[in-house]
Amino acid sequence: MNLLNPIKISYKNLLSAKGRSFLTILGIIIGVAAVIIIFSVGLSAQALILDQIKGIGSNLIGILPGASDEEGPPAAVMGISITTLKYDDLLALRKEKNVPEVEDAAGYVMGTAAVEYGVNSLNASFTGTTASYINVEDAEISRGRFFTEEEESNLSRVAALGITVANDLFGTEDPINKKIKIKGHNFIVIGIFKQRGTAGFGLAGLDESVFIPLETAQKLIMGIDHLGFIRLKVKSADLIESAKANIKITLRERHNINDPANDDFSVRDQASAIETISAVTNALRYFLLAIGTVSLLVGGVGIMNIMLIAVNQRIREVGLRKAIGARNSDVLSQFLAESAAISFMGGLIGIILGLLIAYLSSIIVQKMGYNWPLLISPMSIVAAAGISIFIGIVFGMYPARKASKISPMEALRYE
Amino acid sequence: MSSEIIKTKNLCKTYDNEGVLTKAVRGVSFSVEKGEFVAIMGPSGSGKSTLMQVLGFLDRPTEGEYLFEGRDTKNFSEDELASIRNKKVGFVFQTFNLLPRTTVYENVELPLLYERTLSPSLSRKERGSKNEIIIRALKAVMMDHRTNYMSNQLSGGEKQRVAIARALVNNPEIIFADEPTGNLDSKSGIQVMEILDELNDAGHTIILVTHETQTAQYAKRIISMKDGGIISDEKVVERVKLGDGDLLK
Repeated sequence: MNLLNPIKISYKNLLSAKGRSFLTILGIIIGVAAVIIIFSVGLSAQALILDQIKGIGSNLIGILPGASDEEGPPAAVMGISITTLKYDDLLALRKEKNVPEVEDAAGYVMGTAAVEYGVNSLNASFTGTTASYINVEDAEISRGRFFTEEEESNLSRVAALGITVANDLFGTEDPINKKIKIKGHNFIVIGIFKQRGTAGFGLAGLDESVFIPLETAQKLIMGIDHLGFIRLKVKSADLIESAKANIKITLRERHNINDPANDDFSVRDQASAIETISAVTNALRYFLLAIGTVSLLVGGVGIMNIMLIAVNQRIREVGLRKAIGARNSDVLSQFLAESAAISFMGGLIGIILGLLIAYLSSIIVQKMGYNWPLLISPMSIVAAAGISIFIGIVFGMYPARKASKISPMEALRYE
Repeated sequence: MSSEIIKTKNLCKTYDNEGVLTKAVRGVSFSVEKGEFVAIMGPSGSGKSTLMQVLGFLDRPTEGEYLFEGRDTKNFSEDELASIRNKKVGFVFQTFNLLPRTTVYENVELPLLYERTLSPSLSRKERGSKNEIIIRALKAVMMDHRTNYMSNQLSGGEKQRVAIARALVNNPEIIFADEPTGNLDSKSGIQVMEILDELNDAGHTIILVTHETQTAQYAKRIISMKDGGIISDEKVVERVKLGDGDLLK
C-alpha cells in the first residue's frame, strides 16, 4: 500500500460528506483568516505610521526637555511641562563650533488660542517658532512671506497661516496684510503656507495651525521663557549619530551636567522613533496573533470532536476495512490524513478569505484618503497552511487511534 | 504434506461482556481440506458465526489450537493477521458491507489498496494490471456492466455479487460467507449460491455459514452446531446443483 492511498481514501470520504466537512472546518477557516488579516492589516498599519514619520524628515533630530530612557517616551509627551530648554540652547546648538553637523535648527512652543478676524473667530493651535522653521521643516509659503530672524526676537506681531485657518477666517478675502487677533492681541498676516496635509499622529494639522515668532508667542501669549522642543536638521542622514553626541555634549556643558544619568533633556531621531513605534505595533500584532492561535486551537478541538463522531458513524466501515486486510496503521493513517485534509482545506479557504478581507479593507482605507498599502506576508500564508495541517494531525490523533484499535469483529457487529 | 488448510483442536471462544462470560464456541475440533465447500449450520446462538469469525481471523480464540496451512496462528501479530485477511481469505457478509457513495469498481478495488508488495502467492505481474484484476473479479460475478454504478444504486442481489467480487479480487484461498443469502430474495439467493459453487469449482475453498437447510445443500459437507459444539459432520449426498448457471442468464 503506497503513501497516496490514505489520501485517496480520505479525499473520497470528504467529498462524500461535503456539508459536514464544511461545518467542521469553519473554526479553522475563521482562525486562519484571522491570522492572515491580522498580519496584513498589521503590516499595512505599521507601514502607514512609519511612512508618516519618515514624511517629517529623516535627517531631523528632536531635542525635548526632560530626561527619558531610550525605550520610554520623553516626559514632555505625557503633557508634563519641563522648562529646561531655553532659547540660548537653541542658539548654541546652531553654532557649527558646537555641532559641526548642523545645517539649521528651530525652536518651538505650541498652544491653542482664540483667533479672530472681524466677526469670524475660531480656536486654532498656534506654533511659536524661529525663522529657521521654513528651512528645517522644508515648509513652503504660497503667498506673502515668513517672518525674518529679526522678527523672531523683537516681539513682532506678525503671523503666517496654515491654508485651512486662512480659508476659515477669510473665506474668499485676501488675508495678506490683514489684522487678526490672537488671544486678544493684534497681529498682521504676512504669509500663507502651501497645503501640507496631515503632520502624522499626535501633532495638530499644519494646515490648521497659526505660526507666530517664537519670542512673541513665549512672552505675549504664553508668558513663559522656555522652549517646547528643538528640531535640528543635520547636513545628511548619516551624520545623525555624531550630531546626537555633539548635541548632548553641548547641552550638558551648558546645563552643568557631569553625569549623563542626570540629563535634563532627551535627544531623539527618526530611527529611534521608528523603533519605538515598531515595537508597539509588533507587540500589538503578536497579541492579535495569539488570539488567532486560540481560535485555531478551538477549531482543532472542533475537528477532534467531529472526527470522533465520524469514527463512531463509520465503525462498520472500519470493521470492513480491517476484515479485508487494513492494518491498524492503515486505519490510523486514513483518519489522520482525513483530519489533516479537512483542516488543510479549512486553512486554504481561510487563507483565501483572509486575503480577500485584507484586500477589501485596504481598498476601503485607501478610499478614506490614507496611503494604506496592501501588504501580505508570504510567511503568514505558509505558516497558516502549515499550522492548519499540524492542527489536523494533532487533534486527529486521538480519534484516529481510537478508530485503529477497533476490533474488526465487534465493528462488523455494531448496529 | 497434507492439504489441510484449516485444522482446529479444542477451539474455544468466550466473550467477556462486562463480567458476564458467554461461551460461544466450546471446544471444537475439525479440519477442512483445500477445495472443500463446507456449510456450518445451526440455529441462531449456536456459535456458528463466532466460529467463522475466529477461523477468518476477525477474532482470536480464547483457547485451543488453530492451524492455518499447517502453521499455528497463536503467535501471529496484528499485522500478520491483517495480511492474511487481505491475501488468504475473503469475506461475504449477510449485510454486504459495501462502502456507501462509492462506485462498484472502487469497492472491489479496496482490498488491493491494502495489499503490501510482499505477496507470497502470485506477484502482480503474473496476475495482470490492477484494472484487469478488478474487471476479472467483476466478470466472475457478472457485474462488469455496472462498474461505475454507486453501491447504493444496486439491488440486494447485485450488492452481494459485488461483495463476492471484492472477496475474490485478491485471489484468496478461502472464502467465508456468513449468511450470504439472508437478506436476499430467493432468486438472488440462488444466483449467489451458484456463484459460490462456481468459485469452489475454480479451486477456492468455501466456508458457508447458514441456518437454512436449503442453502446448506449447495455445500459438499455440512457441519451442524448447537450450543457452541459440533453435533454432526457429514458429506452431502444429494447436492443442489443447477445446470451451468441457468438462473444467471
